[in-house]
Amino acid sequence: MAAPQTAAGLFDCRDSYVRTLEALAEQDHRIVAVVNDSVGSSKLGAFGKRWPNRLINVGIAEQNMVGVGAGLANGGKVPFVSGASCFLTGRALEQIKADVAYSNVNVKFAGISSGVAYGELGPTHHSIEDFAWLRVLPNIAIIAPSDPWETTEAVKAAVAHDGPVFLRLSRMGVPALERPENARFRIGKAETLVEGRDAAIIANGVMVARAVEAARLLVRDGIRARVVNMASIAPLDIEAILSAAETGAVVTAEEHSVRGGLGSAVAEVIATHTPCPMRILGFPGFAPTGSATWLLDHFGLNATGIAEAVLQIRRKT
Amino acid sequence: MPRPAPLYSAEMRAKPVASIDAAVARRIADKARVIRRASLTMIHAARQGHPGGDLSVADILATLYFGVLRYDAARPLDPERDRFVLSKGHCTGALYATLAEAGYFDPGLLETYMAPLSRLNGHPNRNYLPGIETNTGPLGHGMPVAVGMAVSGQIDGSDRRVFVVTGDGELQEGSNWEAAMFAGHRKLANLTLIIDRNGLQQGARTEDTNTLEPLADKFAAFGWQVETVDGHDHAGLLAVLGAPVGDRTRPLCVIARTHKGQGVSYMIDQASWHHGVPNDAQFAQAMKELS
Repeated sequence: MAAPQTAAGLFDCRDSYVRTLEALAEQDHRIVAVVNDSVGSSKLGAFGKRWPNRLINVGIAEQNMVGVGAGLANGGKVPFVSGASCFLTGRALEQIKADVAYSNVNVKFAGISSGVAYGELGPTHHSIEDFAWLRVLPNIAIIAPSDPWETTEAVKAAVAHDGPVFLRLSRMGVPALERPENARFRIGKAETLVEGRDAAIIANGVMVARAVEAARLLVRDGIRARVVNMASIAPLDIEAILSAAETGAVVTAEEHSVRGGLGSAVAEVIATHTPCPMRILGFPGFAPTGSATWLLDHFGLNATGIAEAVLQIRRKT
Repeated sequence: MPRPAPLYSAEMRAKPVASIDAAVARRIADKARVIRRASLTMIHAARQGHPGGDLSVADILATLYFGVLRYDAARPLDPERDRFVLSKGHCTGALYATLAEAGYFDPGLLETYMAPLSRLNGHPNRNYLPGIETNTGPLGHGMPVAVGMAVSGQIDGSDRRVFVVTGDGELQEGSNWEAAMFAGHRKLANLTLIIDRNGLQQGARTEDTNTLEPLADKFAAFGWQVETVDGHDHAGLLAVLGAPVGDRTRPLCVIARTHKGQGVSYMIDQASWHHGVPNDAQFAQAMKELS
């Protein structure tokens, strides 16, 4: 299912999300969408026109939105609770914990415009804490897809999975990544996009394309860096991390705070099993204003920044 | 495991309230006494719990489970069951006693209340016990989930009903009002909220802490039909809760006027019994009063 490209040949993963959701909803009448006045930003207008009674707009009320999602799941529905990730995860965290994760019910979340997608709007609207907040909760799968194909596959996997799932979706344009024909998405399984044994770059979400580019830059320095797409931050692919650690140099890159996210998850595994030099790339704290791409570049969350981190580790070891 | 015969079947639900047999109200009174005695026995053995709230909600639970709700304890996940949510999740003494009495599990399990590794956690867990719909504990969670259950029934065109009990102090949580506003907006006639209006929260009167009144007006303004009843009068509760939805087009809010610690003279209306534990002499006296 082809998603519309932006002018620069980039894709908005929300398009893949809604197209897949609509295609699945046509066959599976359990699927409903729950939104907090976010019909537009979740791109669910067409869904609502098609199935007015299956789009539940609770208004600007995230705690109620998540509770309603849990109640719908109790009634046998498969609710996709969609809203800006910053409000969905921040405002309704206790509902996500008690009503969904602890109750262990079949609710799917779509955290829209995650990371610094709302760059200029400032830290109230940035969602660079969501991995940390959700990662400690048992039962909930957390997935940050990297491109349109992976978003489509992740939505399908979320429906097939019996239990809570959080999809972290951006609105930033991303390129479609090159993958082998037989590529397959599985919750909890990492994917190696570039082979390499000199270093490993572990990334997810919008950072994956930038990590692939970093690996290309490093080839010029004679370094073959592996690029691992860790789309699932929970459950975590421990084997892929242990294998990455064997390269002796691991760099993680995420559109998230450096505390508590992908880097921390990888570090927990590496420190416990196979200590090796690491760099965790992300945002050091509340980010200043600026566009999403400007912010990523400003904090070294781009190909040169990632490549430089790999080189730093190798210089020291 | 003894299972009581259903007292208020789907057929009976369609009948007018006047036809309810007085024997049903008497049976509910018996069940309420059993629930009160079991709650205090559990708390006395566990040396912890929430007796004040257990005793104030006991008549509401007895009326629902032995007079109103449509359920089959042998098929706890039947899609067409009525849903019940205890939002004031700390009152597990009364809830577990009720579920055991309703046949969801062996009453012998009650002896493990809050013991290490017991399935009878201090707050209810649906993954541990049948008959629990959602895990509550933090206040203000039951209403939104109940609203989602009601929306689900509305989408399905089902006649299944959803009942949620909140405490009164609990209504100070804003999430309840998000849910109340949406229930009114969606005209969820299949949803009934019962407020256990005992007037006391953990440490003080609700009205001295953060004023709730005029509570009926608030819910009416949010689009609900509001009824105020004596929360310890089984016939009165049954008349309001058991009445068919009929032509009602709004969600129903039942303000049940109750007393914290109802049934035990030294506990009644005392905030200190919110989570007090009776000593042996007090326990013996309570059992005597509840015999």
